[in-house]
Amino acid sequence: MSESPGIAVSSGAAPPTEAILRPDTPAAPKPLAAQRVLPLRHPGRWTITAVVLVLVAQIVHGLATNPFFQWDRFQYWFLRPTILDGLLITLEVTVYSAALGLLGGVLLALARLSPSPVLRTVSWIYTWLFRSVPLIVVLLFLYNFSALYRTLSVGVPFGPAFFTFDESRLATDMVVAVVGLSLNEAAYASEVVRGGILSVDQGQHEAASALGLPKRYQFAKIVFPQALRSITPNYVNQLIGLIKGTSLVFYVSLLDLFGSVQSMGSTYPGDIVPLLLVATAWYLILTSVVSVIQFYVERYYSRGALRTLPPTPLQKVRTALRDLRARVRRETAT
Amino acid sequence: MTAKATETAQTAETAQTPETAQTASAAETARTASAAETGATHEIRPAAVEVHDVHKWYGTHHVLDGVELTVRPGEVTVILGPSGSGKSTLLRVINHLEKPEIGHVSLNGELIGVRRHGERLKELSERVILAQRGRIGFVFQNFNLFPHLTVLDNVAAAPVATGRLTKPEAQKLARDLLARVGLADKAAAYPRQLSGGQQQRVAIARALALRPGVILFDEPTSALDPELVGEVLAVIKDLAGSGTTLVIVTHEIGFAREIADRVVFMDEGRIVEQGPPAQVLDHPDNERTRDFLSKVL
Repeated sequence: MSESPGIAVSSGAAPPTEAILRPDTPAAPKPLAAQRVLPLRHPGRWTITAVVLVLVAQIVHGLATNPFFQWDRFQYWFLRPTILDGLLITLEVTVYSAALGLLGGVLLALARLSPSPVLRTVSWIYTWLFRSVPLIVVLLFLYNFSALYRTLSVGVPFGPAFFTFDESRLATDMVVAVVGLSLNEAAYASEVVRGGILSVDQGQHEAASALGLPKRYQFAKIVFPQALRSITPNYVNQLIGLIKGTSLVFYVSLLDLFGSVQSMGSTYPGDIVPLLLVATAWYLILTSVVSVIQFYVERYYSRGALRTLPPTPLQKVRTALRDLRARVRRETAT
Repeated sequence: MTAKATETAQTAETAQTPETAQTASAAETARTASAAETGATHEIRPAAVEVHDVHKWYGTHHVLDGVELTVRPGEVTVILGPSGSGKSTLLRVINHLEKPEIGHVSLNGELIGVRRHGERLKELSERVILAQRGRIGFVFQNFNLFPHLTVLDNVAAAPVATGRLTKPEAQKLARDLLARVGLADKAAAYPRQLSGGQQQRVAIARALALRPGVILFDEPTSALDPELVGEVLAVIKDLAGSGTTLVIVTHEIGFAREIADRVVFMDEGRIVEQGPPAQVLDHPDNERTRDFLSKVL
């Protein structure tokens, strides 16, 4: 992969190489030490690269020209209000569930790491349960919950109730979806967060403790920020799973991105392929945005962990341009 | 001062008001004269440490076997001994990073980590213990700086987090302390960008930011390349001259001879010999001490 710029540059470097070897400048050949070292050529690598490029071109060509994909219909549907409404629902469900799931995950991880055996066990059982039950089953359970329990009460078990909710009014489709996804998400997030906390060196806990930092400060300012460095990539992985997992809320009659595509597809059966392409494109966009955010969040939390931070794409472009300019100047000089 | 100290020993709850103890007497201010260069923000009131009949077990291994140690205010005590003799554990018991099963530690007469409950000792709440640790500096073998914070924030963190100073005050103090350990220009760097010796000097500045009555050093130069040992020892030597109480676990015998008021030799969880360096290092009474010194000198 990293060789591809090398190919471009070495083809550009060919003329000066010939200039050095050209027989009409023979009189005083340069001493060996003063000559630029010729980089090793890789003909095998070039051949494979060429084959891959041809294959990629074929796929792109097929995608663009095959009438089966109906790109005009794709264009028609891409920004339709029904689709955008669905997209909005997908975003809402994702954001709420990601936030609640992470919060739940942190609490579950702290419970799992606490000295109390009861908290540890409860946390373990929760994680075990929700990692075992498929998300769709959880969602359908919750959807039918209001049939099982007409009212929800907060109070003493077997004793008086303090608050009572009318379940049918409380449990909108959105609430069911967010609760279901959050419950599921928290179980996975708890393991991600726990792994992150465990990855922080024991010496950090000791140093924070020896300085007499208050317990809450120790966690919020010393341990958790360092844990976030390893939590981030794992949680983003989880988050991308969640974005796609939201397509299941269609089964609790919430019209998210996938839901609207499905319902439009049944109304316009001829457009099902372009509609699926629209959904694919939007999911791709969402995932890409998350990946870009991930890069910068990771970079932020690796401050201090790395001696030099990885360059941002913009910095990479700038360095590449500067190097290229320097190279051209060097070669035009010889 | 002793009378006041015994008073505080009665109720451990006074641990929350260490500020009342901050007003140093004129004599002490004079003693900390060299520290006063960095301004009035940095007065050190040396503390007395008493370790009384401390026992500690790791499983069935008796790590500390009835240790008795008294460190007078301003005294520099160096603890020597073979590895596994309980030196580091003793140090960690003093600031209650390790809890002794039997016995107790007191700082200026105030019990650390426990309080008197009738005839018995009862463990204090974590919050109170953390407040007590704020008066005991601790320097680790592996520095244990916070890698995600700048050098300045590492030093300024504790006074801010414990509410003793505002952020600007703490940063001012941190800059003064960094200047004192010769790292004024590294305030904005992150710990991993520094050499081991520089990191350990930051760790010392971080401990000093607590304005501790006593600083405990757990093999402060053992993780350093030989050519970096000197710069750290120079900082510790400067502290020793400033009148702070220091308890140092080290393998640097020459350094011990140079700065220690007292050398303590430990073996198998017991203090087998203690006294002025000239006596313990040159004319040891105990056979184990002689044996150890003949190997390391």
